[in-house]
Amino acid sequence: MKYGVATSSAIEALFSNPMRSLLTMLGIIIGVASVMVMMSIGEGAKAAIEKQISSVGANVLTLQPGTMNRGGRNQGGGSGRPFAESDVAAVGDLPFVEAAAGILSGQANAVSEKANWVTNMQGGTASFFEVNNWKVDQGRTFTEQEALGGAAVVVVGKTAAKNLFPDGNAVGQRIRVNSVPVEVIGVLESKGQSGGGGMGQDRDDTLVGPLSMVRNRITGGNRWVSRHVSRIQILVQDGYDVAEAQEEVSTVMRDRRRIDSGQPDNFMVVNFADMIKQRAAVTETMSTLLAFTAAVSLIVGGVGVMNIMLVSVTERTREIGLRMAIGARGGDILLQFLLEAIALCTLGGLIGMAIGWLGVLGYAQLSQAPMVVSPIIIATALGAAASVGLIFGFFPARRAAQLDPIQALRYD
Amino acid sequence: MADARPIISCRDLTKIYRMGDQEVRALDGVSLDIQTGEFVAIMGPSGSGKSSLMNLIGALDRPTSGEMWINGRALSEMNRDELADLRNETLGFVFQQFNLLPRQDAFQNVRLPLRYARRELGDIDARARECLEMVGLGSRMDHRPMQLSGGQQQRVAIARALSNRPRILLADEPTGALDSKTTIEIMALMQDLNRQGITVVVITHEAEVASYAARQIHFLDGKIERDTAHPELKRASGGRA
Repeated sequence: MKYGVATSSAIEALFSNPMRSLLTMLGIIIGVASVMVMMSIGEGAKAAIEKQISSVGANVLTLQPGTMNRGGRNQGGGSGRPFAESDVAAVGDLPFVEAAAGILSGQANAVSEKANWVTNMQGGTASFFEVNNWKVDQGRTFTEQEALGGAAVVVVGKTAAKNLFPDGNAVGQRIRVNSVPVEVIGVLESKGQSGGGGMGQDRDDTLVGPLSMVRNRITGGNRWVSRHVSRIQILVQDGYDVAEAQEEVSTVMRDRRRIDSGQPDNFMVVNFADMIKQRAAVTETMSTLLAFTAAVSLIVGGVGVMNIMLVSVTERTREIGLRMAIGARGGDILLQFLLEAIALCTLGGLIGMAIGWLGVLGYAQLSQAPMVVSPIIIATALGAAASVGLIFGFFPARRAAQLDPIQALRYD
Repeated sequence: MADARPIISCRDLTKIYRMGDQEVRALDGVSLDIQTGEFVAIMGPSGSGKSSLMNLIGALDRPTSGEMWINGRALSEMNRDELADLRNETLGFVFQQFNLLPRQDAFQNVRLPLRYARRELGDIDARARECLEMVGLGSRMDHRPMQLSGGQQQRVAIARALSNRPRILLADEPTGALDSKTTIEIMALMQDLNRQGITVVVITHEAEVASYAARQIHFLDGKIERDTAHPELKRASGGRA
């Protein structure tokens, strides 16, 4: 087929009646713009969720105390019996567990030279940082020796650091936590909102110190459990099924707590990554639904293009006849009109993309929601527009190609 | 020594149109040979079948029955694409209403058949310019049809018909929309081309136009009424027929 002549004829036709071309494109413009906005919202949400999952760790389980009923009143999550360090060891001995960290947490009042800040005090072993996949931004974490020896050191989260040390320079400073003097040895990198230890909280608003130091000097012990921890974080080995691990940890804990079969657990094994994924599924369904709506407007736009192309073929019947008379094959005519429809839709797609982009920027400004415009979205939007041209342009183009030369030439 | 085989050959051509429940026999058993290099005028009143014959010779339409050969090839054995290629390579058309593309300039109009050509043609832009110069429009290549007079438009159409170096030029009432002075110019141009070896077939109902042709074929009611030679008007083709 002769692409050169078909292409130039198609483009010429497009610009010979710009107003009509623009009106025809309108459906495609709206369709592509909305496809783009919807996909950007969807991708943005997906990226945010992936970030959350990676900050929690996809293969981390959290063992939390269950709820306790006291006098028929539910005391809320985490009010149940805490765990002991022996529980941490037992769970850590399971073959599929890469690492287990017992974490003690409670509220504490931290005082620096400049400020006074109520924050979350966490005590952990050195594996705390491994299990939480949490690295320091400045300074260092505490060592195993410091953890065992109960050294008076803390690593601070970004939010706590900002509030305690508004001038910066947290590392090396001394602060008092519930009147206990400790040295700040590091600042943790930011984890953002709603991570593992309690959804919807600012995970960066925290101090982390050696477990024994925190228990003995800051938060205090537990009345019923000696050497207690508030929760246990379990890093499951790569490749091991996390759901199965969840099951087995539960079995071990029931055994250790001597819960008879038929009795409910008095603890919880939580997979936060899984919870985030479930929440994400709702968002995904939503954006799929919206993208589908956008696709419908593309189809409506395509029908508009088909309609105008049919009109165009009828109007240019004599021209088609002439082209055939001077040697254009049916395929050449087919290609010309097909390219015209594709060019119409692609141009509409480009305009729609420009509008969609503005929409994405505007929406991101207004809603503060994360929006992503990826090359895949651009390719999808343009590809969708061109496909609409191909699909809806085919019928009119074939009609043009099948015209009888002499009837077309004599048409008026 | 002339080519023994006619460049256009028709045997028992019949063309029947259906109009409602009425049958119109536009061509009724026409047999005709035209040799290479002839200048033929096909005449007759409207409805006599001359245009139907033109459409068949031009490979734009197929006969109801009968067979025809162009340049030695039987048209009944060719498919749509092969007929398109035949029109592109062997035939050049000139129409009464010129049929130029209004949004393209003279140069682009003349270049169009070359762009549809499937054989190697070399520099098609140079060929298009050459053809426009041949019809005396070398200085008006960038004019659009609307900016040209009727005679000039028909010259562009002739240049377009020539661009692919056809062996046969088919003209359907080429001067029907032109005044008598321009008619003479256009017919002189056709005689020039004929002298260069192109076989010319002109359809007309005007005796004046037909008088430029060396051979006149009169049609009536779908049949050849008369086929006469006019040797006194024969020019370059005279000795070869």
